[in-house]
Amino acid sequence: MSREPISTSSEWTFELVQEYDREIAAIAEEFGLDTYPNQIEIISSEQMMDAYASVGMPLGYNHWSYGKQFLSVEQSYKRGQMGLAYEIVINSNPCIAYLMEENTLPMQALVIAHACYGHNSFFKGNYLFQSWTDAESIIDYLVFAKNYISKCEERHGVDAVEAVLDSCHAIMNYGVDRYKRPYPLSTVEEEEKQAEREEYLQKLVNDLWRTIPKSEKSRKHDKGFRFPSEPQENLLYFFEKNAPLLEPWQREVVRIVRKLAQYFYPQRQTQVMNEGWACFWHYTLLNTLYDRGKVTDGFMLEFMQSHTSVIYQPPYNSPYYSGINPYTLGFNIMMDIRRICENPTAEDRDWFPDIAGSDWVETLDFAMRNFKDESFIMQFLSPKVMRELKLFTIVDDDLREDIEVTSIHDDMGYRAVREAMSAQYNLGNNEPNIQVYSADVRGDRSLTLHHYRHNRKPLDEQSANEVIKHVHRLWGFDVHLHSMEGGEIMQSFHCPPKLELDAANPVS
Amino acid sequence: MSYIIDRRLNSKKKSTVNRQRFLRRYREHIRKAVSDAVDKRSITDIERGEKISIPSKDINEPIFHHGKGGHNTRVLPGNDQFSAGDHIPRPPSGQGGGGGSEASDSGEGEDEFVFQISQEEFLNFVFEDLELPNLLKRQLAGLEEFEYRRAGFSNEGNPGQINVVRSLRSANARRIALTGKSRRALREAEQELEDTSDKDSNDAIALQEKIRTLKARIHRVPWLDDYDLKYNLHVKKPLPTSKAVMFCLMDVSGSMDQATKDVAKRFFLLLFLFLNRNYKHIDVVFIRHHTSAKEVDEQEFFYSRETGGTIVSSALKLMHEIVQARYSPSEWNIYAAQASDGDNWNDDSAVCQKILTEQILPVTQYFSYIEITNRDRQALWHAYREIEAAFPDSFAMKHLVDAGDIYPVFRELFRKKIA
Repeated sequence: MSREPISTSSEWTFELVQEYDREIAAIAEEFGLDTYPNQIEIISSEQMMDAYASVGMPLGYNHWSYGKQFLSVEQSYKRGQMGLAYEIVINSNPCIAYLMEENTLPMQALVIAHACYGHNSFFKGNYLFQSWTDAESIIDYLVFAKNYISKCEERHGVDAVEAVLDSCHAIMNYGVDRYKRPYPLSTVEEEEKQAEREEYLQKLVNDLWRTIPKSEKSRKHDKGFRFPSEPQENLLYFFEKNAPLLEPWQREVVRIVRKLAQYFYPQRQTQVMNEGWACFWHYTLLNTLYDRGKVTDGFMLEFMQSHTSVIYQPPYNSPYYSGINPYTLGFNIMMDIRRICENPTAEDRDWFPDIAGSDWVETLDFAMRNFKDESFIMQFLSPKVMRELKLFTIVDDDLREDIEVTSIHDDMGYRAVREAMSAQYNLGNNEPNIQVYSADVRGDRSLTLHHYRHNRKPLDEQSANEVIKHVHRLWGFDVHLHSMEGGEIMQSFHCPPKLELDAANPVS
Repeated sequence: MSYIIDRRLNSKKKSTVNRQRFLRRYREHIRKAVSDAVDKRSITDIERGEKISIPSKDINEPIFHHGKGGHNTRVLPGNDQFSAGDHIPRPPSGQGGGGGSEASDSGEGEDEFVFQISQEEFLNFVFEDLELPNLLKRQLAGLEEFEYRRAGFSNEGNPGQINVVRSLRSANARRIALTGKSRRALREAEQELEDTSDKDSNDAIALQEKIRTLKARIHRVPWLDDYDLKYNLHVKKPLPTSKAVMFCLMDVSGSMDQATKDVAKRFFLLLFLFLNRNYKHIDVVFIRHHTSAKEVDEQEFFYSRETGGTIVSSALKLMHEIVQARYSPSEWNIYAAQASDGDNWNDDSAVCQKILTEQILPVTQYFSYIEITNRDRQALWHAYREIEAAFPDSFAMKHLVDAGDIYPVFRELFRKKIA
């Protein structure tokens, strides 16, 4: 094997990018990284801003919120308040990674290692991505969605479509099936089925909303009746199937947003792991490259400089502090797993008896495949990492006068800190738990949502009042939202807002 | 296996549609910002974009999230002083280590959403819903001029228009198509002939004969045939009149102070920009008057000082003379804007009315008059009132008091007329 460095200049060319990709791919293969084929696209900074604005989707339907996103990225980029990401990578097969033309050669190599081998193998290996997203067909589905939405715009007007999309976006986080694997998507099938579905859905809905009046007697009779019989947590799905006034195309739009929410759900659940994994591998791959004499010292210095700034964690009292940096946390845990495997201490043997001293490649692979952030942290956050990051937990309770430091990075506190950290990444704790409680299908058709409080956390009033308007738009009749704690209603929101005296309520 | 693709040449404007959607959705906000900007800007820099800011709360995309309160446990990094069981006083509400849950991701803490619109977008908003009166009429009426424009190629034409390259190209294609089979046979025969060792055998002679006929056949296909000929096609296109002349008339008598002139200037400027968007070529004629009128350049028009009485009709007369001398109404769209504080010799107002109705209005597209004063209306205003009643389509007048009134008045004057 030659000890000649691949290049000495920092200007990149297509040949050099290819050369680096080949070398990195070879090393990645030695470590057993299993990836989708890579499609590396070199783009300009304007195109990067475009990619930003469309949340990294290579093609999305048109919506003003993406325009807003674009304007704000553009504004802060032009003022120099913010640099653009070096790369964006898309969970698809082939795995598309965008590289900016402004990057230097070491940066391009870093990005290739990070995105094309790190993220890529994570997308392919992690169980959440495997079971909830379909890398083969996402591009196809995006094409379908874009075409369908623009067809709707032609037929029903931009405003009408925009209104439905706005409402769906507002409750996009409540459009995820947590327990059922979604059916794979594909354009052809989608288009074929779509027409069929339209008809069928409408029929179902019509049946539910049968308008033949029932006698007073029978209404009293089924007092125990409730629709839906179990509370539903997938609001978008519920509206798609049951909202009485939606037209077939509107149901399809709801469905599209729901499918996208589903597609992004694993990414939201594996931020720490995904970034940690990618950082671990760019670090490991490029260091191996260096060990083999393929890159120069200057290359490594530039690499280390951007690597350290990516994984920098400002302390809690720094003006730059804005929460835990998922890159830092993930990278540290991953590095520590390797250390525990290779050089376990007595403490490690105590805490991780089953992985201390095992093969690190296998152990890391296992960790990558079978966890999500919450369980990954619970399983692998080691005392050493907690010490290094100096983690501590505080409890802020509105019933108490001050904030209490409940545990720190010491023997007494490790477990508590780890548990708290894990809970912090539980999406279920971070998002208000809101479910469809009942729809009064036999009466005034009003819909009741319940928010089940976790740790007595209330709903933010202002935003709840706004969102409920969107829910009302989808549902078409009165909507009530109750925030419940221990079976008691703590907060209530209504749309249309309830007046003090309901007597002269004008029909809207 | 990796594929590396250069996408830099792909379009950069993928977000344009979304950007337009955004501008469309918030057009009310933007229009208001633009309108404020027009009032505040100095006159000379109207030709650039504008920074627009919209209150963040108006463009938030709401999602459900937790409010303040309840029992919150948080993990923080970088412990430098705490041990378990310490109590920290709660920081005052707002920012701080403790309180609050996940903020919404749509830019909480920023009060204004700020972005830039381009000059073109800016002007679009300025002139939205405005239409120059009678613009259409003259454009259609002015069909006297024509221009020949290229419109591709045709199979017929006169010899002067032959397109050599196209003709030879199609001749070449025809020859290739017609002789392909023969040439292939020829190649084969020649090859065969070369392969035969005995050049005098019967086979060889037959081959030579075959080659001769093939060559003759190929030769018979003509080099250039009638239907190879291609001609440049030109079509006759009517040229709408896209020339306009704008007359700015202003009273510079002693009663007009600099502030009043400034207001007038802004009005002229808006009109000029507006015309600029609708016509390719615009002439501007500045006429200033006190007791006598004079055609001047822009600098002198706005800034030189003179005093004297006021005879408005002098300016109108001069305008009429200039129109007759230089701007034939059949070729030019004529617009005029007059600004004055309303002072005039009493006898003169009737003369003005006469000149306007008989000489000027019949040939102008639009004549607008603004009176900048906070005093009572005088004879001129009343005389013009009568004109307005007689020529509602091509004459408009408005009264304004200060700079803030300009834009609304301008919009009012040039509002798009609904059929």
